[in-house]
Amino acid sequence: MKTYQCPDCAYVYEESKGAQHEGYPAGTKWQDIPDDFPCPECFVREKPDFIESE
Amino acid sequence: MTSQVEFGGVPSPEVSPEKLSENKKKTAWILSKKYWYGFSFIMPAVPLISGYLAIQTGQGVWLWLTVVFMYAILPAADLLFGVDEANPDDELVEQLKDKRYYVYILYLATLAHWAALVGMAFIVSHYDWSWFSILGGAISAGIINGVGLVAGHEMGHKVNDRAQSTCAKVILACSGYGHFSIEHNKGHHKDVATPEDPASSRLGESIYTFVKREIPGAFRRAWALEATRLKRQQKSEWSLNNEIIQSMSITLVAYTLMLAYFGPVMIPFLAIAAGYGWWQLTCANYVEHYGLLRLKNENGRYERCQPHHSWNSNHKASNLILLHLQRHSDHHAHPTRPYQVLRDYQNVPSLPSGYPWMFVLAMLPTVWFSIMDSKVIAWAGGDMSKVNIDPEKKELMFKRYHQPEVELDAA
Repeated sequence: MKTYQCPDCAYVYEESKGAQHEGYPAGTKWQDIPDDFPCPECFVREKPDFIESE
Repeated sequence: MTSQVEFGGVPSPEVSPEKLSENKKKTAWILSKKYWYGFSFIMPAVPLISGYLAIQTGQGVWLWLTVVFMYAILPAADLLFGVDEANPDDELVEQLKDKRYYVYILYLATLAHWAALVGMAFIVSHYDWSWFSILGGAISAGIINGVGLVAGHEMGHKVNDRAQSTCAKVILACSGYGHFSIEHNKGHHKDVATPEDPASSRLGESIYTFVKREIPGAFRRAWALEATRLKRQQKSEWSLNNEIIQSMSITLVAYTLMLAYFGPVMIPFLAIAAGYGWWQLTCANYVEHYGLLRLKNENGRYERCQPHHSWNSNHKASNLILLHLQRHSDHHAHPTRPYQVLRDYQNVPSLPSGYPWMFVLAMLPTVWFSIMDSKVIAWAGGDMSKVNIDPEKKELMFKRYHQPEVELDAA
């Protein structure tokens, strides 16, 4: 499964978990996350900065 | 470098014995700071001690002690103890960053800050003081509320840690600044050092002009961010799901109880204590990024916040009390990095003193401008287009200071 990591604080976005506190329920596809989505932990990196890995 | 090969062909260590002992000393100092961070819950004891002295001596003027402590004793301690040259290396960062001990200090501070506020409220309401002494007590409580925002700030950044983010709401509630965590993490950190940020001050803007933009701007931004988040969750912004309302509710309940038990003197007392707490934060925001500006990239977005976009102070005494908040460049580079491992950077904008004394200077605009404006202009290399300027002063500032250094390799 693909994961997406914040390059600053090591937060990892997993589609199976979503980012519930920010209002993206479990199962939200990465492609459905808006481009201005900030890292929900450090808030200083945005979606395009995230590093994709398998 | 001299030869590293000793007699017998065994390579000597690259680090000289002097350097090694110096490093050991630095490590020992960094480790010993764990006790010094206790100031976080000792500071709130100052107003209580001052209240005790006032009651014992019958001299209400003692209630001003915390004011003297903040604006005279702390700056003197900064002058006396100088700067803290020790930075934790990577190994030490790994060793310290997840230690729960440092978090427990913040929890204790949360308790201590509420004790200080309620304690001072009790003291001013149960004895016969002059209005001047009560004012001193209220401002003292306000100063401590301001210091409490530092611990609240630290915990408010740890959004993935339920206990810390809850404690942040509790401590921020001392001064009714419950919107701070949202405003600061999602708003200030994103927009810092741009004209869009109500919490970044501009060249030529006095603190008294700044505050009129900062306080309402910060609240509006926080509310809008929280409303957007709740909308995505399909929840109402006017509910207890709203984290601003959660923290504000604590304030409301506590203030109502104090009013009920301690009487009407609580109205001016709590208004001043909360207001002065807010003012302390205004002072911090004012000095942290004064005049500094992030430039726009070709794609029209602001460059990422760099270490040179924050003013720093590496003074020992104030850094221990303010949980290294003054190592501000590192904080903006890594917002979730815990206070005990924040590092000082070389060649970053530096304040001439720690925050307590800088706050005094900020409150005297003429003095502030005379000290800081030239530093901002030097930082920008005389190019005023690279400075965050108060729009009303823009023309004047350009006329007076715009002198970009001529590029040597210009054709």
